[in-house]
Parts: sequence; C-alpha cells; structure tokens
Amino acid sequence: MEDIFRILEKDARTPPERIAQMTGRSVEEVRATIKKAEEDRIILGYRAKVNWDKVAQGRILALIEVRVTPQREVGFDAVAARIARYPEVHSLYLISGDYDLAVQVEGDSIYEISDFVSNKLAIIDAVQGTVTHFLLKRFKEDGFIIQGEDGSSKRLPIAP
Amino acid sequence: MSASRTPRTHQLVSQRAAAIPPSGIRKFFDLIAATEGVISLGVGEPDFVTPWHIREAAIYATERGHTHYTSNYGLLELRREVARHLEQRYGLRYDPATEVLITTGVSEGFDLAVRALIDPGDEVLCPEPWYVAYFPCVHLAGGAFVPVPTNMEEGFRVQPEAVQARITERSRLLILNYPNNPTGAVMDRETMGRVAEVAIDNGLTVLSDEIYDRLVYGVEHVCVPTLPGMRERSVLLGGFSKAYAMTGWRIGYAAGPAPVIEAMMKVHQYVMLSAPTIAQEAALEALRRGEAAVQEMLEAYDQRRRLTLSGLRSLGLACAEPQGAFYVFLSIAGSGLSSQTFAEQLLREEKVAVVPGSAFGASGEGFVRCCYAVSAQEIEEALERMGRFLARHRQ
Ligand SMILES: Cc1ncc(COP(=O)(O)O)c(C=O)c1O
Repeated sequence: MEDIFRILEKDARTPPERIAQMTGRSVEEVRATIKKAEEDRIILGYRAKVNWDKVAQGRILALIEVRVTPQREVGFDAVAARIARYPEVHSLYLISGDYDLAVQVEGDSIYEISDFVSNKLAIIDAVQGTVTHFLLKRFKEDGFIIQGEDGSSKRLPIAP
Repeated sequence: MSASRTPRTHQLVSQRAAAIPPSGIRKFFDLIAATEGVISLGVGEPDFVTPWHIREAAIYATERGHTHYTSNYGLLELRREVARHLEQRYGLRYDPATEVLITTGVSEGFDLAVRALIDPGDEVLCPEPWYVAYFPCVHLAGGAFVPVPTNMEEGFRVQPEAVQARITERSRLLILNYPNNPTGAVMDRETMGRVAEVAIDNGLTVLSDEIYDRLVYGVEHVCVPTLPGMRERSVLLGGFSKAYAMTGWRIGYAAGPAPVIEAMMKVHQYVMLSAPTIAQEAALEALRRGEAAVQEMLEAYDQRRRLTLSGLRSLGLACAEPQGAFYVFLSIAGSGLSSQTFAEQLLREEKVAVVPGSAFGASGEGFVRCCYAVSAQEIEEALERMGRFLARHRQ
C-alpha cells in the first residue's frame, strides 16, 4: 500500500495501470486502494505545483507567528480550527518554542496579507499577538527546487 | 650524407593497440547523436544524481583542502569503512591495511587484477555474454580469453559443467560478474557453489566483479569470497558507481589476499598513483550514511523492472527474468534480424536506442540490452515504439 502512495507522491498523474505493473499488483487492487485512501483522507488531494514566480504577477507569501492563549478543554484546537478555515491560510501548524501557531498565508498583494492579519487574525479573542514575516525569495517548496537546477540528465545516451 | 637517408617506415600505433576491436557501442554513439527525439535504453548508469549528502561531503573535503595524493592504497579511513561494510554485509574479514585497495572505479580494479593475476598465454575463462571491458583488458595483458557461453534457457547463469569443459593446462583465472551486465542474471548459491568447486579443483583464481551487488530484486546476492575455500583464491571488486549513483566520480575498491592486493597496488602506484582524493571522501560518506538513498533507488529500479517486464510480456517478447542490475537482455529471435541490424533499424525507424547483444560476445547475438534506469514514461513510450517496430518486422 505504501509503495502506491510513494509512487503517487512523486507523480500524482501516474495511471493505475502503470502503478499496477510497477508494483506487481492488479489494476483493480490499485484502484480500490486509491479510492479507499481518498475516502479515508490518506490521500488528501492532487494538484499541480505551479511556480508562480514565473508567472507575470508573483504571489506574496507570509509566515506569521501567532501567540495564543490556550483554552480550557480544547487547548489550541478550537482557535486553530477557526484560523484554518480562512482560504488565505495556506498551512497552519502548532509548534513548540517561542510562539504557538505558525501560519502561512498567501495573497496577491502585501495589502491583502496585512488586511488578513489585522482584520481577521489579530482580532480573534485567544490571539495574544502576531509577528509577520514576508517571504522574499523561494528556494525550495514542497520538495521542488525553485532556484537553481538539480538532477538534469547529462547522461551519455549509450554507455557500456 | 643526407642524400643516402632511407627512413624506416613509421608505425604510429602499436600492434597491440591496433588489435583492440572497435567497440560495438561507440559506433552507435554517433548515430544517436545525429538523431533527435531518441529514447535511449542504451544507457549503462543510474538516472539518479549522486545523493546530495555525498556531493556535500565532497564539497566540504574540497573546502578543507583535501586536494593532495593519498596513500597508494587509498585513504586508510575509507579502506577501514570498506572492510567494515564487507564484514557487516557478508561476514567477510579483510585487513584494511593490506587486503583492500581503493581504485579509480571497478574499471581500473579489473585491469589491475588481470595484470596482477595472469602471465602472457594464460587462459582466462569468462561467462559470455560479458561486460565489454573484460575481453580487451585480458587481451592487453597478453591473456587468452576463453568465453564460457551461457543461454537464456538457463537464465544466463554460468553452469559448472560448461566451465569444467573448457579447462586446459593453461587455465588460470575465472571471471565472474553477478549480478550481470548485460543480462541482469543473478546466481543462486547452489550453482555458484558448484562453480566455486570447479575453480578449486582446477587451481583457478576467481576475479569477481560484484559492482551490482546491491541491485538485486527479491533474491539473495551470493558474494563469491563467502563460499567455502573461495576467500583465499578470489579477488572481489566492489563499486560505488551503481548503488550510490556515482559513475562520474570514478571510484571503486578491490579486496583479496594480501599478496594479490600488493601486486595490484604495485601496478596502480605507477599508472594511477592514487584514486581521486575527493572521490574517496565522497565514497566514505556514501558507505557511512548512504543506505537510505540506496534503498530508495532500489525501490525505483524494481518498479521500473516490473513495468518493463510486464510491457515486454504483452509484446510477446522473450527474455530471462532479470533479477539484478538494471538491464533486460531481450531475445529478438522473432525479428529475423541480427542484433546490430535490429538496433540500427530500431533507432532509425522508431528512435529507440538499445545495445546490440553482439557487443557482449558471440552468445549475445540474437539479443539486445535494454536498460530500465529511465523514467516510467520513457519505458512505456519505448515499449510502444518497439511494439510498432516488431509488428512490422515479425517473421
Ligand atoms: C560489470 C561492470 N563492471 C565494471 C563497470 C565499470 O564500473 P566503474 O564505474 O566502477 O569503473 C561497469 C559499468 O558499467 C559494469 O557494468
């Protein structure tokens, strides 16, 4: 099962027929495994990784440190769940260290992000404070090297 | 005075060099270079780039100024690590001080071993098809090359009886290369044990090129010196090129009895001095921390191997199921073409490059070598093109 996920994680477009041949399973089994994994939210989705830096208008990304007062019964979960629902939030983690939640926010402009921080995030009751870091340059994202190349094939077409 | 000068005819190239037959692979090279959109299954190396931590270790070594020669034997630290690796994997014990030599690839190790082990006129037995360097190296050392044919029906595993049948007074050395290039064959312990007995009974030394030892799929790799009576009569050649995707670094090692390693070192010290220092540092890192990367690449090769085999099966093409390395040795009997013609026409008509089996000796005729160390998409596309080609040429 894990081998199927590893193949899809590398290339989500690998057709079930090919996965079946690569893993020595039947196509039906591969299809069923994928379907079940989707239902169980083991596979959360499939999407293209777009390098927006190459598209005319780059997107703005900010990393926001959020300090939160944990709440009785629910700890950080309730406030995290509220923050997670904003579509601007790209990812959200509870972390150890100087602050509690690490929020990645994406927007089309710096104003969109500052609007989110001041009018949506900072006003949540449990939020004690925020520190916003604007991202200046992407080097690697989700395992993709963005600046500089790696792994270009310079092999001789024929070798002993 | 000058009027009476009659210059002797000038011979630029030695007869020995001139006698090396042109490589069946080189010819192809130009053909491919002149064609666009070729999918090449003719490669002989990993498609992975060397894992980053290994490259990083080499950069660090360069920064610290590790740019000098090393001991002729190679860095002692690396020899120790090689010895530890062989003990852990195979339970073999080699003294890093006297029984391990770091070489500039298995290529150099092979040449050194042949030169250290045979005298002119000695016969060298070698299962055929063989790796392309074996015949020329034996020839250059003045040895007589005695191929021991293997066949698809026996999975290209060398049979002890076939070795025995070719033994003469002059037989001196037996070359073994499992997992095998070009067939992907892996020997089982029982058959290998009987081959070893033939070597012992006939006083042969064994030169075992185990560069693909890590690339086996669901079967055991039988390391030759682990067989009874073999450690003291064999030279083991091990590499980094394939398992760690380090072909360009030019690094490998030899392990064997001290007198042979010393003899090899005597040649090595004058022709190479020492293996590239930066590559030795990289190899050290590979052995110490490269296992996770090896496993990841292994899984990828195995998946492509399955993909290739299942594709070939649906094309109705025969091959012995390869259990090691990253090659499939495909029978082209159904096409009625020679392997050279098949490869040339396949390249011209469908832009797929494969290596004609005849490049690996006479028993390779009737086959082509396909390397599956390419992407899954390329494998599928190449198979589709081969299918079209075969449909046109099937007899
Ligand atoms: C059987 C065999 N031996 C030796 C070599 C050469 O290895 P190296 O890169 O260590 O010189 C190869 C490379 O293709 C090979 O297939």
